[in-house]
Amino acid sequence: MNWQLLPQFAVTGLLAGGPIALMALGLVLIFKSSYIFNFAQGQMMLIGTLVTWWLAVPMELPLWLAIILALLLSALLGLAIERLALRPLTGQPLLTIILMTLAVGQTLQGLALLLFGGAQRNFPQIFSAADPYRIVTPFIHNERNITIILKQNLVWSFVVAILLVVLIALFFQFTRTGLAMRAASEDHELAQGIGLRISRIFGISWAMAGVVATIGGILLATASGLDLSLSIVVLAAFPAALLGGLDSIPGVIVGGLLIGLTQGVASASSVQIVRSAAEIMPYVVLLIVLLIRPEGLFGRKRVERI
Amino acid sequence: MAVLRPAGEFDQSYAYDMATMRRRWQWLALAGFLALLYALPAYGSPSLVSFVNRAAMIIIAVQGLNILTGYTGQISLGQAAFMITGGYIAVLLVTRLDWNFFLALPVAAIGAGLVGLFFGLPSLRVKGFYLAMSTLAAQFIIPWFLRNAFPEVLNGAQGLNAPPPELFGVVFNQPGRFLYISLTVLIVTTVVAHNIGRSRLGRAFVAIRDQDLAAELLGINPFKYKLQAFFLAAVYAGLSGALFAFHLRHVNSETFSLNDSVILLGMLIAGGLGASVGPILGAVLIQGILELATMAGPAVSPFLPSAAAGAVQALRPLFFGVVLMVFLIFEPRGLAHRWSLIKAAWRLRPFSH
Repeated sequence: MNWQLLPQFAVTGLLAGGPIALMALGLVLIFKSSYIFNFAQGQMMLIGTLVTWWLAVPMELPLWLAIILALLLSALLGLAIERLALRPLTGQPLLTIILMTLAVGQTLQGLALLLFGGAQRNFPQIFSAADPYRIVTPFIHNERNITIILKQNLVWSFVVAILLVVLIALFFQFTRTGLAMRAASEDHELAQGIGLRISRIFGISWAMAGVVATIGGILLATASGLDLSLSIVVLAAFPAALLGGLDSIPGVIVGGLLIGLTQGVASASSVQIVRSAAEIMPYVVLLIVLLIRPEGLFGRKRVERI
Repeated sequence: MAVLRPAGEFDQSYAYDMATMRRRWQWLALAGFLALLYALPAYGSPSLVSFVNRAAMIIIAVQGLNILTGYTGQISLGQAAFMITGGYIAVLLVTRLDWNFFLALPVAAIGAGLVGLFFGLPSLRVKGFYLAMSTLAAQFIIPWFLRNAFPEVLNGAQGLNAPPPELFGVVFNQPGRFLYISLTVLIVTTVVAHNIGRSRLGRAFVAIRDQDLAAELLGINPFKYKLQAFFLAAVYAGLSGALFAFHLRHVNSETFSLNDSVILLGMLIAGGLGASVGPILGAVLIQGILELATMAGPAVSPFLPSAAAGAVQALRPLFFGVVLMVFLIFEPRGLAHRWSLIKAAWRLRPFSH
């Protein structure tokens, strides 16, 4: 362990956990309402972010307008996927539905490549890249206090992501639609029995997932540029969603932060093989979660045991 | 689908009842077809030969997935990782220990099977997409291991180069010759897979897929059979991966990726789950579509100036995604089911009811 690097890497990892939590939120939103695990989340994020870039850079719209338009479009995309691809499969076995989300993901990936090409792009900066924050910690190494240097966009991405998750948690808790969505996630037939329109609720959750995905993609793109590999990043969010519990919205914050933290701590190691393991840390955590506590930290116990 | 038999045909012996093919002309047609395939290098164009060669190797991997996903109902997103495992083991055995390729091939398959067994262990506790997630973990952990562990043996991200296989002085160094190996292995795996499907093992798999609780009550140990299914699937993947490694003469941690796992599942769906012709039909169809997309790429790129360079790779996921979506919505039981419907219609003709 590189002790003088540990605080820096741990905090950076924790902050990187914010966007991971946001991506995991997109997965949880859909899973909670319709029990579909959306493997196309990464590609939804990619398309949303590319559209934002296209509106802001080649079309030269102001950034705020571009973001709003792109969010609307991603909500529509989410609705369209639900309506066109997944509605016809109601009642089909799990494998069919998993493969459908994978197929949607492949189609979107191909569309993104076809329409926008595979080049690396600079996304307009939302938060200033210069002038990072410096935090002096009380830990002392070589007779000097260890200082943590944090890029502004990392900090602000984290803040935006966590705020958004909290906002959606509040929406679920205190609005009428949120209540309806919670009721639907409890039991589809009972919810229909008291007059809720399940199809509308599915639509809303897919639209929300699309919006959340695009915001997550924009936050990631401001930090590290934009190319087609953005859709791969979301793979770190699957373990986060499972760790937090697939049907728990507060769980995604904890899951995302823990995944970010383990990645950060692993990269602070002084052993090369452990450092390189940072990229697979989410999956190691995932295997441990599946073996010890498959319902996650905050999820309800409904994993079908064998 | 009840088995429709021509009127007047009765089973006069157990062997006749159990036979896969009951008529002599069916055997003759099969032998003729196989002879045509084996003779392909003599008359087929090089691109056709290499297509058949690739398709044969892919079918093996899909057959393994069919045992695990089609018969046993366990979703696996890690088949490609087991292919890489088989490839690495075979190449290491040949280059490091100087084994003959044909000896290394089965050993590599069993090695990959043992790795598959390990990643099948979570099936003790979880199923459905929780299990899919744990196989997804295999898809990331195995390539990472091959990239980073034992760099002096595994050669890191560079991967390993393989010599062409050799037997009795014949060097299988071009698709036209390699085809003989892949076709022969394919015939063996097809016979084995088909017979697994109709033996006690296969019936246990199907029972677990349809109702695991009921299967357990019948005395089938679900965990044991699930692990066997994982083992068999990974053995098939290992065979396919070892063949690919020696066909491409190279294997590295990215030879097969998550995308390939998805494509293998897509082939299985398109062909038909739990039918032994399914993998063959599906793999040939999807592989054909993917290669069509690669060929169509340069043709469409002039219309899309923004993506001229990307169009070639863009059409592959696009075609695959759209075809898979169409299959899932309109033909979820795959080509094998459609084929059996066609056969039934033919036998009932002209009275279709």
